[in-house]
Amino acid sequence: MLQITEGSHAVAEAVKLCRPQVVSAYPITPQTHIVERLAEMVADGDLNGEYICVESEFSALSSCVGASAAGSRVYSATTSQGLAFMAEVVFNAAGMRLPIVMTIANRALGAPLNIWNDQQDSIFLRDSGWMQIYGEDAQEAMDLHFIAYKLAERHDVLLPCFVCLDGFIVSHTFEPVDIPSQKEIDEFLPAFNPLHRLDAKNPMSFGMYATPDCYQEFRYEINAAMIRAKAAYREIAAEFKAKFGRDYTGLVEGYRLEDAETAIVAMGSICGTAKDAIDEMRDAGEKVGLLKIRSFRPFPSEEVRTALKGVKNIAVIEKNISIGSRMLGAVGLEVKDAVYKDSPNIFSYVGGLGGRDIRKRDIKQIVQWAKEGRNDCFFGLREELLK
Amino acid sequence: MALNVGAVAAPGHARNNKTGSWRVFCPTLDTAKCNKCGTCALICPEVCITLSGEFYSVDYDFCKGCGLCAEECPKDAITMKKEEK
Repeated sequence: MLQITEGSHAVAEAVKLCRPQVVSAYPITPQTHIVERLAEMVADGDLNGEYICVESEFSALSSCVGASAAGSRVYSATTSQGLAFMAEVVFNAAGMRLPIVMTIANRALGAPLNIWNDQQDSIFLRDSGWMQIYGEDAQEAMDLHFIAYKLAERHDVLLPCFVCLDGFIVSHTFEPVDIPSQKEIDEFLPAFNPLHRLDAKNPMSFGMYATPDCYQEFRYEINAAMIRAKAAYREIAAEFKAKFGRDYTGLVEGYRLEDAETAIVAMGSICGTAKDAIDEMRDAGEKVGLLKIRSFRPFPSEEVRTALKGVKNIAVIEKNISIGSRMLGAVGLEVKDAVYKDSPNIFSYVGGLGGRDIRKRDIKQIVQWAKEGRNDCFFGLREELLK
Repeated sequence: MALNVGAVAAPGHARNNKTGSWRVFCPTLDTAKCNKCGTCALICPEVCITLSGEFYSVDYDFCKGCGLCAEECPKDAITMKKEEK
Protein backbone atom coordinates (compact mmCIF):
# COMPACT_ATOMS: atom_id res chain seq x y z
CA MET A 1 0.00 0.00 0.00
CA LEU A 2 1.35 3.42 -0.94
CA GLN A 3 1.95 5.86 1.87
CA ILE A 4 3.07 9.46 1.66
CA THR A 5 6.35 9.37 3.52
CA GLU A 6 9.42 11.50 3.89
CA GLY A 7 12.49 9.86 2.30
CA SER A 8 14.28 9.67 5.66
CA HIS A 9 11.27 8.03 7.31
CA ALA A 10 11.00 5.53 4.47
CA VAL A 11 14.63 4.60 5.15
CA ALA A 12 13.93 4.30 8.89
CA GLU A 13 10.96 2.00 8.11
CA ALA A 14 13.19 -0.11 5.89
CA VAL A 15 15.81 -0.40 8.60
CA LYS A 16 13.18 -1.38 11.17
CA LEU A 17 11.89 -4.10 8.86
CA CYS A 18 15.44 -5.49 8.57
CA ARG A 19 15.43 -6.07 12.36
CA PRO A 20 18.85 -4.64 13.28
CA GLN A 21 19.93 -5.68 16.77
CA VAL A 22 22.13 -2.63 17.19
CA VAL A 23 21.70 0.88 15.80
CA SER A 24 24.51 3.29 16.57
CA ALA A 25 24.54 6.72 15.01
CA TYR A 26 25.26 10.36 15.67
CA PRO A 27 22.79 12.88 14.25
CA ILE A 28 24.01 15.13 11.46
CA THR A 29 22.11 17.09 8.81
CA PRO A 30 20.63 15.85 6.47
CA GLN A 31 20.70 12.34 7.97
CA THR A 32 19.03 13.42 11.24
CA HIS A 33 15.44 12.42 10.46
CA ILE A 34 16.49 8.83 9.80
CA VAL A 35 18.13 8.26 13.17
CA GLU A 36 15.60 10.39 15.05
CA ARG A 37 12.83 8.14 13.79
CA LEU A 38 14.82 4.98 14.60
CA ALA A 39 15.44 6.25 18.14
CA GLU A 40 11.67 6.78 18.49
CA MET A 41 10.99 3.28 17.22
CA VAL A 42 13.35 1.79 19.79
CA ALA A 43 11.92 3.97 22.59
CA ASP A 44 8.37 3.01 21.63
CA GLY A 45 9.24 -0.68 21.53
CA ASP A 46 8.50 -0.93 17.78
CA LEU A 47 12.10 -1.87 17.05
CA ASN A 48 13.48 -4.59 19.26
CA GLY A 49 17.14 -3.55 19.16
CA GLU A 50 19.60 -1.46 21.06
CA TYR A 51 20.04 2.19 20.10
CA ILE A 52 23.47 3.38 21.21
CA CYS A 53 23.69 7.14 21.79
CA VAL A 54 27.32 7.85 21.00
CA GLU A 55 29.28 11.08 21.30
CA SER A 56 30.70 11.08 17.78
CA GLU A 57 30.62 9.38 14.40
CA PHE A 58 33.93 7.72 15.16
CA SER A 59 32.29 5.99 18.12
CA ALA A 60 29.13 5.30 16.12
CA LEU A 61 30.91 3.18 13.56
CA SER A 62 33.35 1.74 16.12
CA SER A 63 30.47 0.38 18.18
CA CYS A 64 28.92 -0.99 14.99
CA VAL A 65 32.19 -2.81 14.30
CA GLY A 66 32.14 -4.37 17.76
CA ALA A 67 28.47 -5.30 17.57
CA SER A 68 28.82 -6.75 14.10
CA ALA A 69 31.86 -8.79 15.15
CA ALA A 70 29.74 -10.11 18.02
CA GLY A 71 27.28 -11.39 15.44
CA SER A 72 24.59 -8.72 15.44
CA ARG A 73 22.94 -7.15 12.44
CA VAL A 74 23.90 -3.51 12.81
CA TYR A 75 22.97 -0.21 11.24
CA SER A 76 24.33 3.29 11.13
CA ALA A 77 23.75 6.43 9.08
CA THR A 78 25.76 9.55 8.51
CA THR A 79 26.90 12.08 5.93
CA SER A 80 29.64 14.52 5.00
CA GLN A 81 31.81 15.59 7.97
CA GLY A 82 30.49 12.68 10.01
CA LEU A 83 31.60 10.21 7.38
CA ALA A 84 34.97 11.92 7.12
CA PHE A 85 35.35 11.61 10.88
CA MET A 86 34.58 7.88 10.61
CA ALA A 87 37.05 7.31 7.81
CA GLU A 88 39.55 5.22 9.79
CA VAL A 89 36.82 2.88 11.01
CA VAL A 90 35.30 2.75 7.52
CA PHE A 91 38.44 1.05 6.22
CA ASN A 92 38.68 -1.23 9.27
CA ALA A 93 35.08 -2.41 8.94
CA ALA A 94 35.73 -3.45 5.36
CA GLY A 95 39.03 -5.14 6.24
CA MET A 96 37.34 -7.10 9.02
CA ARG A 97 34.67 -8.06 6.49
CA LEU A 98 31.78 -6.91 8.68
CA PRO A 99 28.49 -6.60 6.78
CA ILE A 100 27.42 -3.27 8.24
CA VAL A 101 24.83 -1.31 6.30
CA MET A 102 25.12 2.46 6.58
CA THR A 103 22.93 5.06 4.95
CA ILE A 104 24.69 8.10 3.54
CA ALA A 105 22.43 11.12 3.08
CA ASN A 106 24.85 12.63 0.58
CA ARG A 107 26.14 16.09 1.44
CA ALA A 108 29.03 18.37 0.51
CA LEU A 109 32.25 18.44 2.54
CA GLY A 110 33.75 21.56 4.09
CA ALA A 111 35.39 23.96 4.03
CA PRO A 112 33.50 26.14 3.34
CA LEU A 113 30.81 24.67 5.56
CA ASN A 114 27.86 23.53 3.52
CA ILE A 115 24.99 21.28 4.58
CA TRP A 116 23.48 20.76 1.15
CA ASN A 117 23.67 17.94 -1.33
CA ASP A 118 26.42 16.66 -3.55
CA GLN A 119 28.08 13.24 -3.60
CA GLN A 120 31.60 14.11 -2.54
CA ASP A 121 31.30 12.35 0.83
CA SER A 122 30.62 8.78 -0.27
CA ILE A 123 32.79 9.12 -3.36
CA PHE A 124 35.87 10.07 -1.37
CA LEU A 125 35.64 6.65 0.30
CA ARG A 126 35.40 4.78 -2.99
CA ASP A 127 38.63 2.85 -2.26
CA SER A 128 37.63 1.78 1.28
CA GLY A 129 36.18 -1.64 0.44
CA TRP A 130 32.55 -0.66 1.13
CA MET A 131 29.97 -1.27 -1.54
CA GLN A 132 28.17 1.90 -2.64
CA ILE A 133 24.69 1.84 -4.12
CA TYR A 134 22.69 4.97 -4.96
CA GLY A 135 18.92 5.37 -4.79
CA GLU A 136 17.16 7.82 -7.10
CA ASP A 137 14.02 8.36 -5.01
CA ALA A 138 12.54 7.39 -1.64
CA GLN A 139 11.19 4.07 -2.89
CA GLU A 140 14.50 2.98 -4.36
CA ALA A 141 16.47 4.26 -1.37
CA MET A 142 14.19 2.21 0.87
CA ASP A 143 14.30 -0.96 -1.20
CA LEU A 144 18.07 -0.87 -1.60
CA HIS A 145 18.40 -1.35 2.18
CA PHE A 146 16.72 -4.76 1.99
CA ILE A 147 18.99 -5.76 -0.87
CA ALA A 148 22.05 -4.27 0.87
CA TYR A 149 21.70 -6.39 4.02
CA LYS A 150 21.18 -9.57 2.08
CA LEU A 151 24.12 -8.78 -0.19
CA ALA A 152 26.52 -7.67 2.55
CA GLU A 153 25.80 -10.73 4.71
CA ARG A 154 26.34 -13.32 1.97
CA HIS A 155 29.37 -15.39 2.87
CA ASP A 156 30.90 -15.03 -0.58
CA VAL A 157 30.70 -11.21 -0.19
CA LEU A 158 30.90 -10.15 3.48
CA LEU A 159 31.54 -6.50 2.79
CA PRO A 160 29.87 -3.46 4.34
CA CYS A 161 27.61 -1.31 2.20
CA PHE A 162 26.72 2.36 1.87
CA VAL A 163 23.18 2.99 0.72
CA CYS A 164 23.34 6.52 -0.65
CA LEU A 165 20.50 8.97 -1.17
CA ASP A 166 20.82 12.64 -2.01
CA GLY A 167 20.57 14.79 1.10
CA PHE A 168 17.41 16.94 1.27
CA ILE A 169 16.44 16.14 -2.34
CA VAL A 170 15.48 12.58 -1.32
CA SER A 171 15.90 12.60 2.46
CA HIS A 172 13.55 15.53 3.13
CA THR A 173 11.04 15.11 0.32
CA PHE A 174 7.66 13.45 0.81
CA GLU A 175 6.78 10.86 -1.79
CA PRO A 176 4.37 7.97 -2.13
CA VAL A 177 6.27 4.87 -0.98
CA ASP A 178 5.21 1.23 -0.97
CA ILE A 179 6.32 -0.13 2.39
CA PRO A 180 6.56 -3.94 2.52
CA SER A 181 5.12 -5.89 5.44
CA GLN A 182 7.29 -7.42 8.15
CA LYS A 183 6.26 -10.87 6.97
CA GLU A 184 7.43 -10.18 3.44
CA ILE A 185 10.80 -8.86 4.59
CA ASP A 186 11.26 -11.76 7.01
CA GLU A 187 10.74 -14.13 4.08
CA PHE A 188 13.20 -12.19 1.92
CA LEU A 189 15.89 -11.45 4.50
CA PRO A 190 16.91 -14.28 6.84
CA ALA A 191 18.68 -13.61 10.14
CA PHE A 192 22.39 -12.72 9.96
CA ASN A 193 24.55 -15.82 10.07
CA PRO A 194 28.08 -14.59 10.87
CA LEU A 195 31.14 -16.48 9.67
CA HIS A 196 33.10 -15.62 12.82
CA ARG A 197 31.73 -14.24 16.05
CA LEU A 198 33.21 -12.61 19.13
CA ASP A 199 32.58 -15.04 21.97
CA ALA A 200 34.07 -14.96 25.48
CA LYS A 201 34.21 -18.76 25.53
CA ASN A 202 36.16 -18.92 22.30
CA PRO A 203 38.10 -15.65 22.10
CA MET A 204 39.07 -14.24 18.70
CA SER A 205 40.81 -11.13 17.44
CA PHE A 206 39.40 -9.43 14.36
CA GLY A 207 41.47 -7.50 11.84
CA MET A 208 44.74 -8.94 13.07
CA TYR A 209 48.17 -7.62 12.45
CA ALA A 210 49.41 -8.61 9.00
CA THR A 211 53.09 -8.26 8.13
CA PRO A 212 54.41 -7.53 4.62
CA ASP A 213 54.43 -11.25 3.87
CA CYS A 214 50.60 -11.45 3.84
CA TYR A 215 48.96 -7.97 3.96
CA GLN A 216 48.79 -7.68 0.18
CA GLU A 217 46.90 -10.98 -0.04
CA PHE A 218 44.26 -9.69 2.38
CA ARG A 219 43.72 -6.69 0.15
CA TYR A 220 43.51 -8.99 -2.88
CA GLU A 221 40.79 -11.00 -1.13
CA ILE A 222 38.74 -7.90 -0.29
CA ASN A 223 38.85 -6.87 -3.92
CA ALA A 224 37.92 -10.40 -5.05
CA ALA A 225 34.88 -10.29 -2.74
CA MET A 226 33.92 -6.90 -4.24
CA ILE A 227 34.07 -8.40 -7.73
CA ARG A 228 31.92 -11.36 -6.62
CA ALA A 229 29.41 -8.85 -5.23
CA LYS A 230 28.35 -7.92 -8.77
CA ALA A 231 26.82 -11.32 -9.54
CA ALA A 232 25.54 -11.61 -5.97
CA TYR A 233 23.79 -8.24 -6.29
CA ARG A 234 22.08 -9.26 -9.53
CA GLU A 235 20.86 -12.50 -7.98
CA ILE A 236 19.47 -10.82 -4.88
CA ALA A 237 17.86 -7.98 -6.82
CA ALA A 238 16.23 -10.55 -9.12
CA GLU A 239 14.84 -12.30 -6.04
CA PHE A 240 13.60 -8.92 -4.80
CA LYS A 241 11.91 -8.24 -8.13
CA ALA A 242 10.20 -11.63 -8.12
CA LYS A 243 8.84 -10.98 -4.64
CA PHE A 244 8.05 -7.27 -4.68
CA GLY A 245 7.77 -6.45 -8.39
CA ARG A 246 10.21 -3.55 -8.31
CA ASP A 247 13.19 -3.94 -10.62
CA TYR A 248 16.67 -3.00 -9.45
CA THR A 249 18.37 -5.96 -11.12
CA GLY A 250 20.86 -3.83 -13.05
CA LEU A 251 23.95 -2.36 -11.46
CA VAL A 252 23.22 0.27 -14.12
CA GLU A 253 19.90 1.18 -15.70
CA GLY A 254 19.36 2.62 -19.15
CA TYR A 255 16.64 5.09 -20.05
CA ARG A 256 15.80 5.66 -23.76
CA LEU A 257 19.30 4.57 -24.73
CA GLU A 258 18.16 2.64 -27.82
CA ASP A 259 19.60 4.42 -30.91
CA ALA A 260 20.87 7.24 -28.65
CA GLU A 261 23.78 9.23 -30.07
CA THR A 262 24.38 11.15 -26.87
CA ALA A 263 24.09 9.69 -23.39
CA ILE A 264 24.01 11.31 -19.99
CA VAL A 265 25.55 9.27 -17.18
CA ALA A 266 24.49 10.14 -13.63
CA MET A 267 23.90 8.78 -10.13
CA GLY A 268 21.14 9.45 -7.63
CA SER A 269 18.22 11.86 -7.71
CA ILE A 270 19.42 13.89 -10.71
CA CYS A 271 18.44 10.90 -12.85
CA GLY A 272 14.79 11.89 -12.40
CA THR A 273 15.36 15.39 -13.75
CA ALA A 274 17.51 13.94 -16.53
CA LYS A 275 14.68 11.62 -17.62
CA ASP A 276 12.30 14.59 -17.91
CA ALA A 277 14.88 16.57 -19.88
CA ILE A 278 15.50 13.57 -22.14
CA ASP A 279 11.77 13.16 -22.82
CA GLU A 280 11.59 16.78 -23.95
CA MET A 281 14.73 16.44 -26.08
CA ARG A 282 13.40 13.22 -27.62
CA ASP A 283 10.15 15.02 -28.47
CA ALA A 284 12.29 17.60 -30.26
CA GLY A 285 13.93 14.79 -32.26
CA GLU A 286 17.23 14.53 -30.38
CA LYS A 287 18.65 11.04 -29.98
CA VAL A 288 19.56 11.20 -26.33
CA GLY A 289 19.33 8.80 -23.38
CA LEU A 290 20.43 8.26 -19.80
CA LEU A 291 22.58 5.68 -18.11
CA LYS A 292 21.94 5.63 -14.38
CA ILE A 293 24.75 4.18 -12.28
CA ARG A 294 23.14 2.37 -9.38
CA SER A 295 26.28 0.73 -8.04
CA PHE A 296 29.45 2.81 -7.91
CA ARG A 297 31.25 0.11 -5.88
CA PRO A 298 31.56 -2.46 -7.28
CA PHE A 299 31.79 -0.43 -10.49
CA PRO A 300 29.97 -2.29 -13.26
CA SER A 301 32.39 -1.60 -16.12
CA GLU A 302 31.10 -4.36 -18.43
CA GLU A 303 27.49 -3.23 -18.02
CA VAL A 304 28.46 0.39 -18.65
CA ARG A 305 30.29 -0.58 -21.83
CA THR A 306 27.43 -2.75 -23.09
CA ALA A 307 24.81 -0.11 -22.30
CA LEU A 308 26.77 2.65 -24.03
CA LYS A 309 27.69 0.61 -27.12
CA GLY A 310 27.13 2.73 -30.24
CA VAL A 311 26.76 6.01 -28.32
CA LYS A 312 28.90 8.77 -29.85
CA ASN A 313 28.98 11.30 -27.02
CA ILE A 314 28.85 10.72 -23.29
CA ALA A 315 28.27 13.47 -20.73
CA VAL A 316 28.88 12.42 -17.13
CA ILE A 317 27.15 14.59 -14.53
CA GLU A 318 29.50 14.81 -11.57
CA LYS A 319 28.25 15.88 -8.15
CA ASN A 320 31.82 15.57 -6.98
CA ILE A 321 35.23 16.82 -7.98
CA SER A 322 38.41 14.79 -7.82
CA ILE A 323 40.56 17.81 -7.23
CA GLY A 324 43.70 17.76 -9.32
CA SER A 325 42.43 15.11 -11.72
CA ARG A 326 42.50 16.23 -15.35
CA MET A 327 39.02 14.85 -15.96
CA LEU A 328 37.64 16.55 -12.81
CA GLY A 329 35.02 13.94 -11.91
CA ALA A 330 35.49 10.57 -10.19
CA VAL A 331 32.57 8.94 -12.00
CA GLY A 332 33.78 10.03 -15.43
CA LEU A 333 37.16 8.43 -14.85
CA GLU A 334 35.47 5.08 -14.28
CA VAL A 335 33.10 5.45 -17.21
CA LYS A 336 35.95 6.44 -19.51
CA ASP A 337 37.89 3.39 -18.41
CA ALA A 338 34.86 1.21 -19.17
CA VAL A 339 34.26 2.52 -22.71
CA TYR A 340 37.70 3.59 -23.94
CA LYS A 341 38.02 0.73 -26.45
CA ASP A 342 34.87 1.97 -28.19
CA SER A 343 36.34 5.49 -28.40
CA PRO A 344 33.26 7.66 -27.86
CA ASN A 345 33.67 11.30 -26.86
CA ILE A 346 33.35 11.32 -23.11
CA PHE A 347 33.36 14.29 -20.77
CA SER A 348 32.89 14.98 -17.08
CA TYR A 349 30.71 17.99 -16.30
CA VAL A 350 30.93 19.00 -12.66
CA GLY A 351 27.97 20.77 -11.09
CA GLY A 352 25.30 20.82 -8.45
CA LEU A 353 27.99 21.06 -5.80
CA GLY A 354 26.96 22.13 -2.32
CA GLY A 355 23.27 21.91 -3.17
CA ARG A 356 23.12 24.08 -6.29
CA ASP A 357 20.09 22.97 -8.25
CA ILE A 358 20.63 21.20 -11.53
CA ARG A 359 17.75 22.09 -13.81
CA LYS A 360 16.43 20.57 -17.01
CA ARG A 361 18.02 23.40 -18.97
CA ASP A 362 21.41 22.59 -17.41
CA ILE A 363 21.06 19.01 -18.59
CA LYS A 364 20.08 20.13 -22.07
CA GLN A 365 23.12 22.40 -22.15
CA ILE A 366 25.40 19.54 -21.09
CA VAL A 367 24.02 17.37 -23.89
CA GLN A 368 24.75 20.20 -26.32
CA TRP A 369 28.29 20.56 -24.95
CA ALA A 370 28.99 16.85 -25.33
CA LYS A 371 27.79 16.96 -28.94
CA GLU A 372 30.08 19.91 -29.60
CA GLY A 373 32.98 18.11 -27.90
CA ARG A 374 33.35 20.67 -25.13
CA ASN A 375 36.01 19.41 -22.77
CA ASP A 376 35.59 18.41 -19.11
CA CYS A 377 34.47 21.46 -17.14
CA PHE A 378 32.11 22.87 -14.52
CA PHE A 379 28.56 23.76 -15.47
CA GLY A 380 26.35 26.36 -13.84
CA LEU A 381 29.38 28.38 -12.76
CA ARG A 382 28.64 31.93 -11.67
CA GLU A 383 31.38 33.57 -13.70
CA GLU A 384 30.72 36.93 -12.05
CA LEU A 385 32.01 35.56 -8.75
CA LEU A 386 35.29 34.37 -10.23
CA LYS A 387 38.31 36.61 -10.41
CA MET B 1 49.46 -15.88 9.21
CA ALA B 2 46.94 -18.00 7.38
CA LEU B 3 44.59 -15.95 5.22
CA ASN B 4 41.00 -15.95 6.35
CA VAL B 5 38.03 -13.67 5.91
CA GLY B 6 38.40 -10.61 8.14
CA ALA B 7 41.90 -11.48 9.42
CA VAL B 8 40.39 -13.32 12.39
CA ALA B 9 42.68 -15.24 14.72
CA ALA B 10 42.81 -16.73 18.19
CA PRO B 11 44.55 -14.74 20.97
CA GLY B 12 48.33 -15.01 21.20
CA HIS B 13 48.60 -15.13 17.44
CA ALA B 14 51.12 -12.28 17.32
CA ARG B 15 53.65 -14.67 18.86
CA ASN B 16 54.08 -16.10 15.37
CA ASN B 17 55.58 -12.83 14.18
CA LYS B 18 59.27 -13.09 15.05
CA THR B 19 59.82 -9.36 15.39
CA GLY B 20 63.40 -10.01 16.53
CA SER B 21 64.30 -10.01 12.84
CA TRP B 22 63.87 -6.21 12.84
CA ARG B 23 66.74 -5.76 15.32
CA VAL B 24 69.88 -3.81 14.37
CA PHE B 25 71.50 -3.45 17.82
CA CYS B 26 71.59 -6.41 20.17
CA PRO B 27 71.49 -6.06 23.99
CA THR B 28 74.29 -8.01 25.61
CA LEU B 29 74.52 -8.56 29.38
CA ASP B 30 77.77 -8.34 31.35
CA THR B 31 76.99 -10.74 34.23
CA ALA B 32 79.97 -9.38 36.20
CA LYS B 33 78.21 -5.98 36.51
CA CYS B 34 74.61 -7.18 36.83
CA ASN B 35 73.05 -7.12 40.33
CA LYS B 36 69.78 -8.75 39.13
CA CYS B 37 67.61 -5.74 40.05
CA GLY B 38 65.16 -6.61 37.25
CA THR B 39 64.82 -3.04 35.87
CA CYS B 40 65.52 -4.33 32.35
CA ALA B 41 62.68 -6.85 32.57
CA LEU B 42 60.32 -4.20 33.96
CA ILE B 43 61.15 -1.63 31.29
CA CYS B 44 61.20 -3.91 28.22
CA PRO B 45 58.23 -2.89 26.01
CA GLU B 46 58.21 -6.32 24.36
CA VAL B 47 58.21 -8.15 27.73
CA CYS B 48 60.90 -10.36 26.28
CA ILE B 49 63.39 -10.14 29.18
CA THR B 50 62.79 -12.72 31.89
CA LEU B 51 64.68 -14.24 34.80
CA SER B 52 65.77 -17.62 33.60
CA GLY B 53 68.23 -19.56 35.63
CA GLU B 54 70.72 -17.38 37.46
CA PHE B 55 70.47 -14.21 35.33
CA TYR B 56 67.99 -12.24 33.23
CA SER B 57 68.01 -13.23 29.59
CA VAL B 58 66.56 -11.80 26.40
CA ASP B 59 64.29 -13.68 24.01
CA TYR B 60 65.97 -12.70 20.75
CA ASP B 61 62.99 -13.97 18.73
CA PHE B 62 61.09 -10.86 19.87
CA CYS B 63 63.68 -8.29 21.04
CA LYS B 64 63.56 -5.43 18.49
CA GLY B 65 66.77 -3.90 19.85
CA CYS B 66 65.16 -0.70 21.11
CA GLY B 67 67.89 -0.27 23.74
CA LEU B 68 65.66 0.84 26.63
CA CYS B 69 67.08 -1.89 28.86
CA ALA B 70 70.65 -0.69 28.25
CA GLU B 71 69.58 2.95 28.80
CA GLU B 72 67.82 2.19 32.09
CA CYS B 73 70.23 -0.35 33.59
CA PRO B 74 71.56 1.31 36.80
CA LYS B 75 74.76 -0.78 36.61
CA ASP B 76 75.44 -0.19 32.89
CA ALA B 77 75.57 -3.96 32.60
CA ILE B 78 73.85 -4.01 29.19
CA THR B 79 75.52 -2.79 26.01
CA MET B 80 73.95 -2.54 22.59
CA LYS B 81 76.17 -4.18 20.02
CA LYS B 82 75.74 -3.87 16.28
CA GLU B 83 74.41 -7.20 15.16
CA GLU B 84 76.29 -9.29 12.60
CA LYS B 85 73.79 -11.20 10.49
